[in-house]
Order: sequence, then structure tokens, then C-alpha cells
Amino acid sequence: MPKFILDGKEIEFNQGETIIQAAKRYGTDIPHFCWHPSLSVSGNCRICLVEVEKMPKLVIACSTLAADGMVVHTTSPKTLAARNAVMEFLLINHPLDCPICDEAGECKLQDYAYLHGVGESRFNEEKVHKDKRVPLSPYIMFDAERCISCSLCIRFCDEIAKDPELTFVDRGDRVTIVTYPGEEMDNPYSLNTTDICPVGALTNRDFRFRARVWDMSSTKSVCVGRARGCNTEVWVRNNEVLRLTPRYNEDVNSYWMCDHGRINTFKFINAKDRVNGPYIRKEGTLGRVSWQEAVNRAASELRSFNKNEIAFIGSAYATCEDNYLFSRFASSVIGSVNIDFMRREDPSFADDILRRSDITPNSLGAELVGVIPGKHGLNIEGIFNGINEGKIKALYIIEDDIVEVRPELENLLTKLDLLIVHATNMNKTAALADVVFPAATYAEKNGTFINFRGRVQRIRPAVETEDLERTIDGMSVSRLDKFGTMYDSWAKKNRHDARSTWKIISLISLAISGELKYNLIEDVFDDIAKSVKEFKELDYDMIGEFGAKLNIDIKETAV
Amino acid sequence: MAVKKRKKDLTFLEKIYIPEIVKGLSLTLKSMLKPKFTLKYPEEKFIPPASYRGRPVLVQEENGQERCVACGLCSRVCPSLAIEVLASETEAEKERYPVKFEINMIRCIFCGLCEEVCPEEAIVMSKDYEMAFTNREEAIYGKDKLLVPVSQLQDRIEFLRQYK
Ligand code: SF4
Ligand code: SF4
Ligand code: SF4
Ligand code: SF4
Repeated sequence: MPKFILDGKEIEFNQGETIIQAAKRYGTDIPHFCWHPSLSVSGNCRICLVEVEKMPKLVIACSTLAADGMVVHTTSPKTLAARNAVMEFLLINHPLDCPICDEAGECKLQDYAYLHGVGESRFNEEKVHKDKRVPLSPYIMFDAERCISCSLCIRFCDEIAKDPELTFVDRGDRVTIVTYPGEEMDNPYSLNTTDICPVGALTNRDFRFRARVWDMSSTKSVCVGRARGCNTEVWVRNNEVLRLTPRYNEDVNSYWMCDHGRINTFKFINAKDRVNGPYIRKEGTLGRVSWQEAVNRAASELRSFNKNEIAFIGSAYATCEDNYLFSRFASSVIGSVNIDFMRREDPSFADDILRRSDITPNSLGAELVGVIPGKHGLNIEGIFNGINEGKIKALYIIEDDIVEVRPELENLLTKLDLLIVHATNMNKTAALADVVFPAATYAEKNGTFINFRGRVQRIRPAVETEDLERTIDGMSVSRLDKFGTMYDSWAKKNRHDARSTWKIISLISLAISGELKYNLIEDVFDDIAKSVKEFKELDYDMIGEFGAKLNIDIKETAV
Repeated sequence: MAVKKRKKDLTFLEKIYIPEIVKGLSLTLKSMLKPKFTLKYPEEKFIPPASYRGRPVLVQEENGQERCVACGLCSRVCPSLAIEVLASETEAEKERYPVKFEINMIRCIFCGLCEEVCPEEAIVMSKDYEMAFTNREEAIYGKDKLLVPVSQLQDRIEFLRQYK
């Protein structure tokens, strides 16, 4: 392998790698604004200038190929002086906006100003003024003064979203970004530009001014929007999810996520219609009761039916652990083979970038852990027919609002003698139920999802419930969480009385037959690993932050 | 047992105490004639100088709006986590304003760091030292209690500018 010398240390590189790439692989971060590992090289910001011996001038590390025997200095006086100069130049017209700028705290310009700036400006003239609030789309706001013209957003639309929408206009200090005439910035990945924009020029309108980044905790999770399972960070302040951002995982989503996942998959967590505590139907209306009472009611009613009269509908929104215990509950505790789940497809949603037509996060997982009809068991349509014919009298549904998808089911479900539902929010299905258990959302529990390629990935709790305590349960903690007391209004927990579905099933099962006693989710997963061959030899540690491939062959379909 | 002698015995004059009593009384007499510092609080109020750090207040501009842009720096710097700021967007030029601004006066230690860090001169230490509560909720001051017209805060602002 060819080698070059970086700051006195010899490092190996692959032929064709630039200095910045080789250095990054080696762990040295050469400052950069306009360079992004997944986008073409533009070389316009000049902050990555480094000194290379025997070259007449400094060179930009992002577009200079590493060569055998090259001697590169990233901290030599000449390099530092060049960085200072670039910073001074960029700050000439940059507004003093940090106090009102959402980027503050995670702003490259701010960071580099601390690290590489001289701290003083020789520029006394009036700064150039430009438009400060230009909506580029319903999701994105553009502040022209803050833009440092790095062109990352333009290249992102061209190369990743494959939908050229943005361009520079004008020259010199009047240069700015606009959408092409008559166009909006409406590609389904547009909000990724707010992440890669090195400054606060492009901001997410959904999150605009909602919180300072240093006041939030962040938790590694997985998006539940679609079957890809893009890796995400869940950002929480005062026990409320405020934004989702993509998390780098080359095998799944690279640096990106789609706008649907980012905007539409967390608002229900703190919505007013959350099911808070268990409910049972008494004299026609649902009323809140204790866990004990709801569990006893569910257990005793389930016992009163013949096992062939009971059917189970799992969920592609629930985790593998939830579905696994659900299927074990059906097969070994009740002895029913009537179990299936509802698949959700939306072909109009699919593309060849990230978005899939399967609009659930875990359909493969549900199938693998046993939410499929047993021998001679009824599948989902069979279950509905069975209800219609009066053969199925009791139905147990977890975490899926089937009436919302198929409104005609509303009449059908009223024919049941018993309907038990686990729901995160009060929905059309739960409204018909005799017993409603409050299910924890994906941001309130541990568990795993299997994406469409057979990759098992973990979700982790980011929001407290009555059942989860931030420090005891090892959740990530912000400064405010750490020091808040019950007397601080900024530490009021907004907690819901909800539990993971597998915990609820375990409770009911214990009340019926004493089986399925589990205290830890790891134990549930270990049992999956023992009994489902695709999960063989996996455990939570192996899945880790980035997931692990199941022992399974998936045919790659086009969409 | 031998009586232990003091290192230095009192002199005769000291033993009779009279000169010392006269000295003491003359000090008393002098003090009686000096100007008085004692205030009959609460009938008479103490008005502190500009350097005084009373409770932090928010500067209210002449148009009735707060000067604060809800940057949250005061909240971040506050060593006792007394301040909560929630921002929102406004049509005004400053773009950002606090929908909620609360200071917990039980937490506040009157250190003045919030005033020092504020980039907008929007939070300053006032001369108000009269804070008494009967419960914890009362001690959390919202914008209604925190906003003070800028005209009443002039001497503190001048004082700060001198030292910035
Ligand atoms: S982009 Fe960065 S440096 Fe510029 S105002 Fe925003 S936080 Fe400050
Ligand atoms: S808006 Fe942001 S990403 Fe786009 S050119 Fe300006 S600074 Fe770069
Ligand atoms: S004076 Fe000090 S303790 Fe009080 S609010 Fe300001 S920073 Fe916090
Ligand atoms: S530091 Fe000043 S501008 Fe910022 S939130 Fe506090 S009072 Fe408002």
C-alpha cells in the first residue's frame, strides 16, 4: 500500500484517495465546510488548505490526491495562518446572529471560529445585508446572510435527491441561493440539507426556535416511517421529542433520511390523545382502571372462550420482542393458531434512494418471530371472515389501528364479544375495544426492528414513562434532566402511564397460566435467538449501534 | 500551691476603670452626634446604588416588547439553573422572542452571570431585593413580573457599559 506522511506519522492510503479522505480514515479531521464524504468535491471554501512539502503553494486537502511519499502538515504555521485568513474572510459578511440562530451549538463556522479564528476582525465597514427569512419550501427556511456559499445544498439536491432545485445567483458578496424559477424545494429528502448546511442558513421550520441544541438529550434509534429503518437520533427536551436527525450508517441510510420520517414519526408521542393508563369498558363506556384490574379482566375474559374462537393480530409497528411474546402467548398460553398481522404497502411512496413501499418498520420481524398463521390457522382475511361468520368471538390486537386503514372493519369488530387492544394513542380500533392497554411508543422502549434487508436494529427509550426512569433505566440525560427537581417547571416529566407490549403480554400470561415470565427485554431477545434460526447467536451487544445482519437471504427487489 | 503571677499586672489607673469608662462613653457620645445610617425598614426603603445586584429583571423596550431574543445563554450560564426560556418566532426584526421566560427566585443566587452573558443587554440586575414567598410556585417569576421598563433601569445599564 502506498504511504504518505501526515503530521510526522506515516499513514497508508488507497490509490485515488484525497488527503482529506485518507486523514479522516486515520482519525485526523482536517477542517472543511464544503466537503462532504458522500458528495462531489467542490473545493470552494478553502478552509482545508494544508501545507505539502515541495509544493509551491498550500493545497486544498479535499481535492488533492494523496501520493506516495507526500509530506503533509495540517498544523504548521503556514497552514494555521491560511485557516485564520479563511475564517476572517468568511466572517466579513457573516452576521452576528448566533443568539437567534438555531445552528448555534452545532455550527461549523462557530466551532472553527473558536478553533481557528484570531478572534478579531479588521473589517469595520457595514456588512452586506440580504434576506433573512426566505421560505424555500414548507419545511425549509433560508437565511441568505448566514450562507457561506459552500454549495453543499445544491450538490445534495443534484446528486443524492437527484432533483436539481437549487442554484447560486449573482457573484461576489451578493451571491445567494435560489430555487429555479417556479420551483419549490420539494424533493422528499430536502431536510437533509439542513443537516449538512455547515451554518444556520438552512433551517428546519418544524424545529425552528423550538430548543437550543445543548438543552436536549439525544438517543440512538431507528426511524419507524418505512421498512428501511434509517438510523436516527431522537432529540428530547423536558421529556418531549422535538426533532429527529439521521445517524450515519453506511449499510442502511448513509447520512440521510427522508422528510416523511423526520417530520411525521414523532408528534404522536406527546399528542393529547395518548392512551394514559389501562381502560376497560363498563356499561358501554371506556373508563380508566388500575393495571391489576385491566389485566385480570383480560385474563378472565380470554379464559372464557374456546381457543378456536380467539384470534390474534400482531403488528408490523411493534418490535420483534413484542411480536414474539404475542405469538408465544397465542400458541402456548391460549393454544390458538389464528394469528397474523396486517401488511401495509404504498407503492407510490417507493423510490430507488431510501423510501420503500412497505410503510411499516418491522413486517419482516413480525413474520420471523411467529406472527403468521399456525397449521390450519386463519390468516388476516380468514380472521375477518371468521368474525363475520361468528366463529371468531374474541380478538386481541397489538399496536395497529386496523380500522383506520380499512374503515369497513368498524362494523365487523362490533360483532365481537371481546376485543383487547394495545394502543399508543386513542384511535378508531381502540375506541371499539373492551380492554385497552396503553402501549409505549418506539421512543419509550427497548426492542428490535428488522428492516427489509433482514438487518436487525435496536431502538432505545428516549422518553420517560411511568414505567421507565431516565437514570435508572440508562437513558440519555440532558443537563436539564440531570439537575431538574419536581419543583422545576422545566423538569415536569410529561410522562404517560404506558408499558412495552411484551411487558403487558407477560402480565396477562402470568395471570392466566403463570407462563412467559420475563423481567428483562434481553431475556426475551435471548429466547428469540434460541428459537428462531435467523436470529441464531445474536444478542443486544452484537446488534450494537449499527445493527447486525440476520442469518437470512433476501432477494433485492427493485422497490 | 503557689499563686501564679500574671505576666503583666494592671496599673492602678487601669484597676479603677474610670478612664476606660470615660473613653468608652465619649465614643458613644461621638456616635450619637454622627449622621444616622439605620433605616426604619419597611417604612423607609433602602435605595441601593447602581452596582447593587438585586433580582434579575428583563428589559422592556418603549414599545412594550421585551428586548430578549430568547437565545438561552442566560439559562445556560446560570450556575443554579434558575432560568427557563422557551423561544418562538416573531414577525419583528429580531425574529425570535421568548414565549416563556421564567426565573425561579428560590434558585437564583444573584450572581449576575445572566446579565454578564446576555448579548442583548436584555436581562439586568435590578435594585429590587424584596422577595418573599409563601410557597414554591410563587417564587417562579414569569414575564409579567420580570419585565421592567427600560427607563427604570437606566443607571444599571450605564453602570454596566462603564465596565464592558
Ligand atoms: S451560522 Fe453559526 S456562526 Fe452563523 S449565526 Fe448561526 S450559529 Fe452563529
Ligand atoms: S445554504 Fe448552507 S449548504 Fe447551501 S450553500 Fe449556503 S451554507 Fe452551503
Ligand atoms: S443572577 Fe445568577 S443565579 Fe440568578 S438568574 Fe442570574 S445567573 Fe442565575
Ligand atoms: S441571554 Fe439575554 S437575550 Fe438571551 S435569553 Fe437571556 S435575557 Fe434573553
